[in-house]
Amino acid sequence: MQLALFIIFGGLAVLGALNLLLQRHPINSALSLVVVMMSLAVLYWSLGAEFLAASQVIVYSGAIMVFFVFVIMLLNAGEEERTTGSRAAYIVGFPGAAAIFCLLTFVFLSERKALGYTNVGGYLNHVTSNISEISTILFTKLLLPFEVTSVLILVAILGAVVLARKEQ
Amino acid sequence: MSAQVPVAAYLILAAVLFSIGVAAFLIKRNLITIFMSIELMLNAVNLTFVAFAHMWHQVAGQIFVFFVMVVAAAEAAVGLAIIIAIFRTRETLNVDQIDLMKS
Repeated sequence: MQLALFIIFGGLAVLGALNLLLQRHPINSALSLVVVMMSLAVLYWSLGAEFLAASQVIVYSGAIMVFFVFVIMLLNAGEEERTTGSRAAYIVGFPGAAAIFCLLTFVFLSERKALGYTNVGGYLNHVTSNISEISTILFTKLLLPFEVTSVLILVAILGAVVLARKEQ
Repeated sequence: MSAQVPVAAYLILAAVLFSIGVAAFLIKRNLITIFMSIELMLNAVNLTFVAFAHMWHQVAGQIFVFFVMVVAAAEAAVGLAIIIAIFRTRETLNVDQIDLMKS
């Protein structure tokens, strides 16, 4: 089941990412990014991260992508016109991206034995669930960083309001 | 038991998604699409974190992903507000025409 889930949803994620790259209209790119995020949620679930799978669906494909779609709608963003773009992006960028990919893949493949195998449902013992495990650490050891993120969110909200406000 | 998937396969999938994100960041000319490719790269890194958390039987990686999600939400809010402000003043979303700091 793990293999089937990985092939189906991993393939779906790659196809969605390629569609994001190839589509000209921003709304099509946004919807294919939703496909990528939903299939990543399934992959998180298969790796035993149920809480993250749920919050991926709620936060990423729910909140953030709706925000993107709202902005695309608000600004009436049309198809991007095909321009030459910057030379440097084509000359340095693509070989650079390919080099990053080759390097990462080489390292992962050469360490394949040490990395081991996954099993569906993950490492969870049957006593504590994934969410209680996360929340125990989050509300005891990492309480201060957790509270600081609420300040960060508050600052981000204020910043968004100030930046998007109409100038008088 | 069915066939198992190596952890390396998940990591390579994350590398593929990250590279596609880098390529989209470079060739896209629309400001919103460029911002979306940054989100794609963040998601690829999150998948790496979850795969390593699974491998080490530690929940710390998942907590890291949780914080990345929080920061990504804040970043999306501020970034899209900046995009709206740019569109108000420049009337365009094409990055080739947003070159105020270049000249």
